[in-house]
Amino acid sequence: MSVFPTATDHPAARALAGRHRLRLWEPLPWLLALAFYVAFPTYLGFGTDLLVTILFAISLDLVLGYAGIVTLGHAAFFGAGAYTVGMLAFHGIWAEPITSLIAAAAVAALVGLLSGLVLLRTTGLTLLMLTLCTMALLEEAANLAHDWTGGFDGLPSIAIPPLFGLFEFNPLYPNTQYLYALGVLFICFVFVRVLVYSPFGQSLTGIRENTLRMHAVGAPVRMRLIVCYTISAAIAGIAGGLWAQANAYVNLSTLGLDRAATVLIILVLGGYGRLYGAFVGAVAYMVLSHLLAKIYPTAWQLGLGLLLVIIALFARGGILGVGETLLRWFGRRRPSP
Amino acid sequence: MIRRIVAASAALAISASLAHAQEVKVGVNLPYTGIGAEFAQLIDRGMEMYLKLNADKVKPYKITLIKRDAKNPGGADAKIVTQELLTQEKVDILAGWVYSPNAIASAPIVTAGKKLSVIMNAGTAHITNMSPYYVRTSFSMWHAGYAIGEAAAKQLKAKTAVVGYTDFPPGKDSLAAFKRSFEANGGKVIDEIPMGGAGAVPDMTPFFQRAKDKKPDVFFVFVPAGDHAAAVTKTYGALGMRQAGIKLIGPGDITQDTKLQAMGDAAVGLITMHHYHADLDNAENKRFVAAWKKEYGANTTPDFMAVGGYDGMALIAHVVQQLKGNIDTDKALASIKGWKFNSPRGPISVDPDTRDIIMNEYLSEVVKGSDGKLHQKVIGKIDNVKDACKAQKIAPCA
Repeated sequence: MSVFPTATDHPAARALAGRHRLRLWEPLPWLLALAFYVAFPTYLGFGTDLLVTILFAISLDLVLGYAGIVTLGHAAFFGAGAYTVGMLAFHGIWAEPITSLIAAAAVAALVGLLSGLVLLRTTGLTLLMLTLCTMALLEEAANLAHDWTGGFDGLPSIAIPPLFGLFEFNPLYPNTQYLYALGVLFICFVFVRVLVYSPFGQSLTGIRENTLRMHAVGAPVRMRLIVCYTISAAIAGIAGGLWAQANAYVNLSTLGLDRAATVLIILVLGGYGRLYGAFVGAVAYMVLSHLLAKIYPTAWQLGLGLLLVIIALFARGGILGVGETLLRWFGRRRPSP
Repeated sequence: MIRRIVAASAALAISASLAHAQEVKVGVNLPYTGIGAEFAQLIDRGMEMYLKLNADKVKPYKITLIKRDAKNPGGADAKIVTQELLTQEKVDILAGWVYSPNAIASAPIVTAGKKLSVIMNAGTAHITNMSPYYVRTSFSMWHAGYAIGEAAAKQLKAKTAVVGYTDFPPGKDSLAAFKRSFEANGGKVIDEIPMGGAGAVPDMTPFFQRAKDKKPDVFFVFVPAGDHAAAVTKTYGALGMRQAGIKLIGPGDITQDTKLQAMGDAAVGLITMHHYHADLDNAENKRFVAAWKKEYGANTTPDFMAVGGYDGMALIAHVVQQLKGNIDTDKALASIKGWKFNSPRGPISVDPDTRDIIMNEYLSEVVKGSDGKLHQKVIGKIDNVKDACKAQKIAPCA
């Protein structure tokens, strides 16, 4: 062993090189998702909605958590994807599930690219307002283009052909929808995981932490942001398309502020910039609201509100942040061997 | 031994089926939170009021309401609620639906679940075409919209009209219904003014000024019940349109009982067409309103939404009695075809062809009573009105 550690031996270098390695607990969410399928066959409608929300939250995490782009209009891409799938199927043009999802991703990516080219010249509050405006414009367009989009009532009863020509989408027992959503979520997640640990992902984190410095080292900051925004839009579009297929209809709620705000809350609740924050946040928020709403149909929002107040006051890093703090705390208290 | 087990299990099966016959589970799908909470509460109270006032009509069976929050008009939550009521609670009958998009989104599940589903509010005309199990005890936008077009031309002797409507499906339905019947009876719609969306109350002044400049005989307005309606009467008064000789008319959504008193004297003279308001003069309604005020407070009032819930529950009670507590959906659908009920809104029945309600429409004028409060006085009535959209097979209902 030499006196001077080489570049690869240095603890920091090792930490960097080992960041992307699979950890022991990482298959856990997927095993839980499969266990849910077996254990709660009558909750699969809710489960499908949960998986779609996780995917949507992951797409937001990419721009908000990693690249630091503050947006309140991410539902624009969700809606673009949902309406792509919905309109293609409703007007009898194309309904095959998987290729429809690819189309949804493409359309949402296009919307993301075009709006990103303009929006990402701005930062802070201006950016926030402009993302909101983009979404509002799309929503109003969908409302007015009644002949194509069904307006306020939406497109009802879209017929989705069986997956791979084999598995029916049963509205009452959405087993197929659940596994299909799980599969799509898995593929997208693996992609995002590779992306954020790649040099490209590292440069996004750099931009989030110190834009000026990234400019100074010669990174093409705006280009990186636009690419990231477009990729994120595509994934949000897939989530929207999945939502449209699982529900077999599309309406204006896919483009609403409600959806954009909820996913933001979910991500903050779980912990943004953490890859698994989307999972934890969506599960915590949606399971809690679902169960509370079942017990107290008129007053469940009170319980949810209290949780959010507590998280906002005491846990800035979200639920995952609290977990990390606790782990560190216990780690420090443990007597050294 | 084996014989004993068989006997025991047979006895168990019989007692189980008896227990099943006694209790009927009704899954309620209403937006108990958010902007629809107010409407959900009215419908919920309407249902409970029926069960309280007519306990003898339910006996010996027990109707259990399983209430779930549909949350918002987005459709997805209402759909999950419907699915879980069917698969987890195994309800016998479904009921509720305030928002039309929710009823539209739930339609495939209702069709797959094969349970009688009673719509207690959602008013988009073609919803009942979307599933063979949907039955509506509320109204469609065409009931009032079509009836008032005829009344405006015949009774109010109007020759010209301007239509102002909130730009979403019920508004467009209302416009289409009014225009069709008004022009069929010799009137002419000289301007159509979209007045913003349903999400927020716009400043009504420019729309009303445009209507005033056209000098029509009547100004037909459709806005959603609630805060939009209050803005309508205020602007009408502020612009002096009554003095200019323009009558303000509309479906009863703009004079919802729960909002009427807050509108103040500006509302006096408003003419509306609707199937219900709390001032209707019949014995059944007097009993209903008195019981309501006793139960929920003297300052509260039922309205057309509450009556939708009340009549929906009456229909469910009828089905339960007819089928002796064993709800078979096909038999249930057959049993509602001859159903006649003396509702607070007058005699009602369900159209066997379309599963939509048949009821009277009342032309009413807002007057100031001797008690200093605003009341609605019936000045005309059309009996047994069907949903004109389906009766005449107009585009979305064909």
